[in-house]
Amino acid sequence: MYVAVKGGEKAIDSAHRLLAEERRGDPAVPEIGTEQIDAQLGRAVDRVMTEGALYDRKLAALAIKQAAGDLIEAIFLIRAYRTTLPRFGYSEPMDVQRMRARRRISATFKDLPGGQVLGPTFDYTHRLLDFALEAEGEVRDAAQPGSGADVVELSDAMPRVLEQLAREGLIEDAMPPEDDDDAEVGDITRTPREFPAGRDVRLQSLARGDEGFLLALGYSTQRGYGRTHPFAGEIRIGEVIVEFIPEELGFAIELGDITITECEMINQFQGSASKKPTFTRGYGLGFGQVERKTMSMALVDRSLRADELGEARDAPAQDEEFVLSHADNIEATGFVEHLKLPHYVDFQSELELVRKMRAEHDARTAVQEPEAAE
Amino acid sequence: MSAQPGGYNFAYLDEQTKRMIRRAILKAVAVPGYQVPFASREMPMPYGWGTGGVQVTAAIITRTDVLKVIDQGSDDTTNAVSIRKFFAKTADVATTERTTDASIIQTRHRIPETPLRRDQIIVYQVPIPEPLRFLEPRETETRRMHALEEYGLMHVKLYEDIARHGHIATTYAYPVKVNGRYVTDPSPTPKFDNPKMDNCPALQLFGAGREKRIYAIPPYTEVKSLDFEDHPFEVQTWEESCALCGAGDTFLDEVITDDRGGRMFVCSDSDFCSQRRSAGHTGVQSPEAAE
Amino acid sequence: MSLFCYAEPLLSAEGITKTFGRITGCADVNLDLYAGEVLGIVGESGSGKSTLLRCLSAAVTPDAGTVSYTLRQGGTKDVHAMGDAERRMLMRTDWAFVHQNPRDGLRMHVSAGGNVGERLMAVGERHYGDIRGCAGEWLAKVEIAENRIDDLPVTFSGGMQQRLQIARNLVTHPRLAFMDEPTGGLDVSVQARLLDLLRGLVSDLGLAAIVVTHDLAVARHLSHRLMVMKQGRVVETGLTDQVLDDPQHPYSQLLVSSILRA
Repeated sequence: MYVAVKGGEKAIDSAHRLLAEERRGDPAVPEIGTEQIDAQLGRAVDRVMTEGALYDRKLAALAIKQAAGDLIEAIFLIRAYRTTLPRFGYSEPMDVQRMRARRRISATFKDLPGGQVLGPTFDYTHRLLDFALEAEGEVRDAAQPGSGADVVELSDAMPRVLEQLAREGLIEDAMPPEDDDDAEVGDITRTPREFPAGRDVRLQSLARGDEGFLLALGYSTQRGYGRTHPFAGEIRIGEVIVEFIPEELGFAIELGDITITECEMINQFQGSASKKPTFTRGYGLGFGQVERKTMSMALVDRSLRADELGEARDAPAQDEEFVLSHADNIEATGFVEHLKLPHYVDFQSELELVRKMRAEHDARTAVQEPEAAE
Repeated sequence: MSAQPGGYNFAYLDEQTKRMIRRAILKAVAVPGYQVPFASREMPMPYGWGTGGVQVTAAIITRTDVLKVIDQGSDDTTNAVSIRKFFAKTADVATTERTTDASIIQTRHRIPETPLRRDQIIVYQVPIPEPLRFLEPRETETRRMHALEEYGLMHVKLYEDIARHGHIATTYAYPVKVNGRYVTDPSPTPKFDNPKMDNCPALQLFGAGREKRIYAIPPYTEVKSLDFEDHPFEVQTWEESCALCGAGDTFLDEVITDDRGGRMFVCSDSDFCSQRRSAGHTGVQSPEAAE
Repeated sequence: MSLFCYAEPLLSAEGITKTFGRITGCADVNLDLYAGEVLGIVGESGSGKSTLLRCLSAAVTPDAGTVSYTLRQGGTKDVHAMGDAERRMLMRTDWAFVHQNPRDGLRMHVSAGGNVGERLMAVGERHYGDIRGCAGEWLAKVEIAENRIDDLPVTFSGGMQQRLQIARNLVTHPRLAFMDEPTGGLDVSVQARLLDLLRGLVSDLGLAAIVVTHDLAVARHLSHRLMVMKQGRVVETGLTDQVLDDPQHPYSQLLVSSILRA
């Protein structure tokens, strides 16, 4: 005898318990600590902060632990938490010029003031699994920091490459012309997205956009889907001070510093016989060390400026509505995964129609061929 | 502003956000069927899982409300349970499974069979608020079409269906014209439920969190399903009745009972069915092979 | 001097000027078009004829000048000063625009019947049978087999697509048609058939039309009057036969003679 199924609540509770057990895994294995995640899985923490749009290493590490390493799930936790935080206002624009850079490279000049500083990068490593890392404890061959003979002080003076070019008029200005002053900077966390979107809204959306999505789009521009002739003008990673002007004080105070990655691309020059040619820009920014993300972001940023720069728009990376509507992985995963929710009522409606149409089809063919095939 | 357990505001959203959502709701009620953009917040459940409906409910719910949450017509489906628990926790409001006792009903994909009253509000969860979306993917273009009341493309789609299949092929999320002006998506309710929207005494609110739109149909508003004069709108019918309560005029869920093609049909609206059974109605219960 | 001097022109343009940076699209063009007459605009590529057509049909706003249209219910309106809604309604009912490439004027993935029926549905027609019947009639009028009514335009030949585009435009009995190289891209025998069809329809429906073409044979076949353009300006106007058989302006002479030589 059929009894209507009940017990959804019990099922959910049991599922939660099972999840907690699986997350912990084998109790004989030491539990992972959030400090370990922050310190030793730092690139995961950086991605979660950047796409979660919240700078807090401890919270990001906790989210990663709670999500059992599922980074998009961790980003979701951070975003949901962010919603509950009170806002004080907007910080002052960061002065990236004053960055304490630990890594700074430029592909466009062999050498430059402040030098090319490789910093801690995977670039130039040979991608060979290092089985020595399997064993816990100190790695045998690692050079101790500061122990070698060649310790070089990093220069404080690292003028931005694109600023040099701009001063010579070779590249467009970073800031829009003065008469655009009255335009307020948009805030995607306060107003819903509308198209056409300004560059401010686009950059905000890209900054928290999914790294994989932007990587693929950036890659597509290099392969001919909207070519922008990019050069890596400058990539910097380091600490920058965050300043805020409280209303009551009327002057700026330092809140602390954060690690950021900034990528400035130098792109296809524009100009003609009548207008002096200048290079154009693409910009990428993120929390922590997120080089791949900021480079992809800069490529896509430049592509999305097609209308502004009078370029033909025919590639996916140039389609603003397409890119911005699908860049947020929290929106994307929510909707893709929502297909797991019950849809049996709608399916029932479709079933009914398909059965009806099939019956009509049979009736029609029966009429047409009264002598049925054997 | 009172603190709830866990330090969250009543019904989770802060007052500023609630005010913003209420303003959007008022605009929506003033222009029936028109999609009002709003700054949707990230909620503790994923986009696509009811955040729009939850935000609308959170913005309108008060301590004295009685909340019912259903999904596919049932109070006991996992997501309905999850959302009901969310409000029980963050708003500490009374909840119910009985449609007649509820003041706010949040729903996914069904309208209750029990007729609604003037003192009730029904909140629909909406995945894609734009009825023209699959005909025209660009938001800039669909906005213009709504503004200029250019709905020819919608009827072209219905024409194509009839030309190709002999029927209009839309069975759920069936487009309607609200108050004689805006073409609106009723949310993925089966077309069976469309007539309930017409001249409904309750306030109907629609929330799309991921797409960031709110729309509304005020009480006693005309809601007409799009059709052709010679291919009029029709609701689904079943040969069978509910196997548990015998109802012959409700939306029925098909339940597969064995691997030999056996199946039976039961009311999708779990509350309606259980009320009928309490009143003594019965149906054929044994899972015979149908057909 | 027009053959069709009714009380007032159907479409009247004064001082139409459109430039693109330093390039002149068209400069200071005037014309009057009367109900039922066909005006051909000829010139080589770059003469400004397409720009002029786009200014007249409100696809583009001129830098100077006005375009006035006499409405069905009486009274004239400045076509560019009209509200969006009114203009789009006009384009769907009273006007027709035949694009050179039929793909620009058709929904390629909607059936032939749907393409022709769309305008009817856009103005409120709600009877499927009637819409389909009307679409079928129009397909017949443009010599497309009625059993193709459910086929997609992607399956049609170029000539058929063009004829479908014409049917789609004429179903609401417009009074004015804009045509941009309506036979461009079609081979010669198909062109001839299309021209005959167009001529017949225009005369049966009493349609006024502005036809832009670089092909003088098309102009002669379709238009009552001709306007010759060169570098954005009108250099000669007159009755078609007069302009083609006895051109006055040196440029017109050049145009006509180069055709004869070829």
